Amino acid sequence: MTAATTVTVTPVIQAKGLTKRYGRVTAIESGDLELYPREILAVIGDNGAGKSSLIKALSGALIPDSGEIYLDGKQVHFHNPMEARAAGIETVYQTLAVAPGLDIADNLFLGREERRPGPLGSVFRMLDRRHMRSEAKRHMSELGIGTLQNIGQAVESLSGGQRQAVAVARAAAFGSKLVILDEPTAALGVKEGNRVLQLIRDVRDRGLPVILISHNMPHVFEVADRIQIMRLGRRAAVITSKSHSMSEAVAIMTGAAAPPPLVA
Amino acid sequence: MGQAELLGLTMATETATREPEFEVHHRESLGLRIQHVLHGNPVLGPLAVLIVAIILFSIVNTRFFSAANLSLVLAQVTVIATLALGQTLIILTAGIDLSAGAIAVFSSILMANFATKLGVPGWLALIMGLLCGTAMGAFNGFLVTTLRLPPFIVTLGTLTMFFSLNAVVSKSETVRGSDMPDLMTWTGTTIPIGGFRLTYGSIIMLLLFAYFYYALTWTAWGKHVYATGDDVEAARLAGIRTDHVLFSVYTVAGLLYAIGGWILIGRLASASPNVGTEYNLDSITAVVLGGTSLFGGRGGVIGTLIGALIVGVFRNGLQLAGVEVVWQGFAIGLLVLVAVSLDQWIRKVKT
Repeated sequence: MTAATTVTVTPVIQAKGLTKRYGRVTAIESGDLELYPREILAVIGDNGAGKSSLIKALSGALIPDSGEIYLDGKQVHFHNPMEARAAGIETVYQTLAVAPGLDIADNLFLGREERRPGPLGSVFRMLDRRHMRSEAKRHMSELGIGTLQNIGQAVESLSGGQRQAVAVARAAAFGSKLVILDEPTAALGVKEGNRVLQLIRDVRDRGLPVILISHNMPHVFEVADRIQIMRLGRRAAVITSKSHSMSEAVAIMTGAAAPPPLVA
Repeated sequence: MGQAELLGLTMATETATREPEFEVHHRESLGLRIQHVLHGNPVLGPLAVLIVAIILFSIVNTRFFSAANLSLVLAQVTVIATLALGQTLIILTAGIDLSAGAIAVFSSILMANFATKLGVPGWLALIMGLLCGTAMGAFNGFLVTTLRLPPFIVTLGTLTMFFSLNAVVSKSETVRGSDMPDLMTWTGTTIPIGGFRLTYGSIIMLLLFAYFYYALTWTAWGKHVYATGDDVEAARLAGIRTDHVLFSVYTVAGLLYAIGGWILIGRLASASPNVGTEYNLDSITAVVLGGTSLFGGRGGVIGTLIGALIVGVFRNGLQLAGVEVVWQGFAIGLLVLVAVSLDQWIRKVKT
């Protein structure tokens, strides 16, 4: 699915003119972004181009100096990542943020544990472990990660790709508006990297749009519906894998080629 | 036909033949299998050591395995076990508390003096003493979370502070049990339970262990304690308020140490400022022997109870075998080295 270019589709999230400066260093300067429903938008750019800062502003980890963010057309202000999360934006950080000693179900519900109904839950604060386990199994299998040997397995005994799958499944399970993935295939080998890409497609196909930061151009070109190129703190271009080649994209990133006119 | 199409075609064939997702099979050697089992059940190792020790000491001296002697072992380890319970919570968060014994002894002196010097009724003196211990723990927690000082340094400092305050308040005098209200020494009273003689102190200790086993395994707080100790950044990113978790752990430990101090009064039938110098390290020893990792995130209170019992069984068993006290300490020290090496080996589980 390519993004609609008619003005009648409201972007799921839209950033307009975001600016962030650290002293004399400008991280983003009137940074823009639109994410439409049912798409995977990749944000690429050289180091210091502003992609991390732009994404951090969307996930609540950075408060911009100026500019607006609209979620489903309504303006929002995030003061911390928890507010963004509460608004339905889930972020999978590069470090994955999983507790290695806890098992898969514990990690899926980490920070959002479910208690047993009734007095057992309210007075004794007892966790509904059985329900969380079955829910974890359900979420994992819905995303096609069904054959992990044991849902009670400690996350540290999983491979890098499996851990990434748990982190993505957690975001997909709780995200209601969109999911942000920061370098999801960075530490993975070819096979597991491809599996994670399929996972990302499954998340989009199940109704959650995805913003993806990646340095891996082949992966970006493989999985993204649209590709936003950041340069010098601004959006330089929005292309697709069909409109431009990888080397052309790199040229726009580095400034060697002039960016095409923006057709948002 | 652009490169993208080529890639598209390649991807299509790969995803068409979709293998089972993410399956990993290993053929493991026996050593690796043992490593995995111990990794999954950190209690098994210490439990095996305890059982073997009990068997060996019973062979050496048949008096070891009598109901009377086993009751004695339990009574001997009760204070250490109670302190070690608080220590476990702190070590699970990758911290450490060197002031455990100092808080326990100081709390015992405070509650004894509230009752005798200030004439406060027993129940009130007990509550005030427990509150003081809790406050001392909270002080540790405040320094660790708000000032962000390393737990080792913090508790090294507070250990000395509480110890000195202890000497000042007590004037280095021991308060006799007979001068105190009965409630203070009540924990030393024994009751017969099926051939064994258990003290109320031991019963309190066992109930506390049961409660914290529940809290660590069945509540969100417990999961957060493990997550914070395992990877504090990951816990924070997952939305856990790690500062709250850390503060709560040190404060609760303070309360547990104060309860340990109360049990100590019952055990010694007095409140003395000069005892308990070895309790700090003994509480840590029990935790380590029980398989809880000093790096946080691994282990639990069952292991600590077993660890405390191992210390008690070794001390008691070696005594019955006629070994001098100095060699008992040597044996415990050796056990600790073995336990830590084992923990390191278990941690090396490969995926």
